Amino acid sequence: MVTRSFQEEYVKILRDYLSAQGEDQLYGAQQLGKWMLSQDISPEEITDLHARALEQLGEVPEFVRSSFSILTEIMIEYGNEHRSVNSWRNRHQQMESEIAVAKAMQQSLLPSEVPVYPELEIGVVSIAAKQISGDYYDFIEQSEGRFGLAIADITGKGMPAAMCMSMVKYAIDSLGQMELGPDEMLHHLNRIVGRNIDPSMFVTMMFGSYDSKEHCFRYAMAGHEPGFLYRSAEGEFYDLEGRGNALGLHPNSAYEVQEIHLEINDVLILLTDGVTECKNNRYYLQREELVHHLQKEVGESAQKMANGLYNRLLLLSQFDLLDDYTMIVLRRT
Amino acid sequence: MDLLIKTTSLETEHRVVLGGDIDAFTAPKVKETLMSLVTKPDINHITVDLEAVEYMDSTGIGIFIGIMKECIQRNRTFEVHKLSPRVERLFRITGLYDHIAIRKGESE
Repeated sequence: MVTRSFQEEYVKILRDYLSAQGEDQLYGAQQLGKWMLSQDISPEEITDLHARALEQLGEVPEFVRSSFSILTEIMIEYGNEHRSVNSWRNRHQQMESEIAVAKAMQQSLLPSEVPVYPELEIGVVSIAAKQISGDYYDFIEQSEGRFGLAIADITGKGMPAAMCMSMVKYAIDSLGQMELGPDEMLHHLNRIVGRNIDPSMFVTMMFGSYDSKEHCFRYAMAGHEPGFLYRSAEGEFYDLEGRGNALGLHPNSAYEVQEIHLEINDVLILLTDGVTECKNNRYYLQREELVHHLQKEVGESAQKMANGLYNRLLLLSQFDLLDDYTMIVLRRT
Repeated sequence: MDLLIKTTSLETEHRVVLGGDIDAFTAPKVKETLMSLVTKPDINHITVDLEAVEYMDSTGIGIFIGIMKECIQRNRTFEVHKLSPRVERLFRITGLYDHIAIRKGESE
C-alpha cells in the first residue's frame, strides 16, 4: 500500500512542477517511478495516488474526477499483466538457478584430473555447447597398471541428458569394480540403459582398457563415432575398427573386443561426434579433412595436440561449435 | 531449421516423405507424426522417404530408434528409403542400419 510519506512526496513533486515546470521535478518523478517499480506498486494505485494528489492541490472539476474511473479500469489490466510478468521473471530466475545447480552436479560427474602413468601422456578437451552437456568421459582405475576409459555421447542435451549421464556414471562405477572386459561392460550397460531411458534416447560409447605396462589398448564400440590411431612409423592415421549397437537401441546386443598395441610415439585419438560434426557454414567437415588437421598437430604433447585441434575446429566453425565437444588423446612416449 | 512432412495413407500402409532438417528443434514434430501413424489400427507397414532430408542429428536417429521399437512391439514393418550418405553413415555407426529395412533405390 502507498505510505503517507510517499504520497506526500508525490504531492510535493506535482505541486512544484505545476508552479515552476522545471527539469528538477521531472528528474524527481523519474526517481520516484523507479522506486515505485522496485516496491511493486501497481499502475492502478498510481492512478489513485494521482487523483488524490489533485484533490489536495485544488478544486477538481467533476468531469476530471469521474474520468479517473476509466483510467483506473485500464490500469487494472496493465497491473495484471505487470504481476504476471513478475511471476514469470521469478520462475525464470528459479529455473536458471536450478540449471546452474545441475551444471555443477554434472561437472562433478566428470573426472577432475587425468590419471598419470609412465610412458603415457593423456590430454583431454571437453566443452559443452550449452550449459548442460551430453558428452561424458571417465577414467577408471584398474589393477596391475591398467585403467578403464569411457567416452560417450548421450542423445539430446539439457536435463534428460544430464540425468541419463548420472545413471551411466553410477553404472560404470559399480560395474568398474568387477574389472569386466570392454565387451562385457558394454553388454551390461546396454541392458541398464535400455531399461531406464525413454525409447527414443540412446547412448553411444567407446569403452576400453589401457594396459600401461604392455601399452595395449583393448576396447569395444557401442554405436560410437570411431576414433583414430596414429602410427608414428608410417606417419599415417587410421580409423579405429569396431562396430556395435548404440546403448539402448536393442536389448540383445553383442559387442566385440578390438585390440591395439601402441608403439613409441603412436597416438590414440578418441572423440565424440561434436568433433566430426564441426560445421563450416552449412558444410560438414569430412573425416579426411579432420585427419589433415590432426596431421599438423603430430609431434606435440597429448594435451597440446587436443588443444591445438580444438582451436583449429573452433576457427573453422567461426567460433560456433554446435554440439558438445570431447576429445581424449593418448600418446605413448 | 525448415522441416517438411508429407504423409500419404494407403489401405494398410502409410508413406511419409521427410525433408529439411531433423534436429532437436524439429524432432518433436517428426516424432509426433510418425508415432501417430504407428499407433493407428489397421496399419501394418510404414515407409519413410528421407531423400529430401538435408540434415539429421542424433535426436533424429533417436526418433527412428523409438519408432523401430514401437513397430516391433506392435508387429508392424518399418522401412526407410533413400538415405543420404551422411544419414546412412549415422544409421550404420549407431547400429540402427541392422535393425530396420533400408531400401536405397526408388521407393516405387
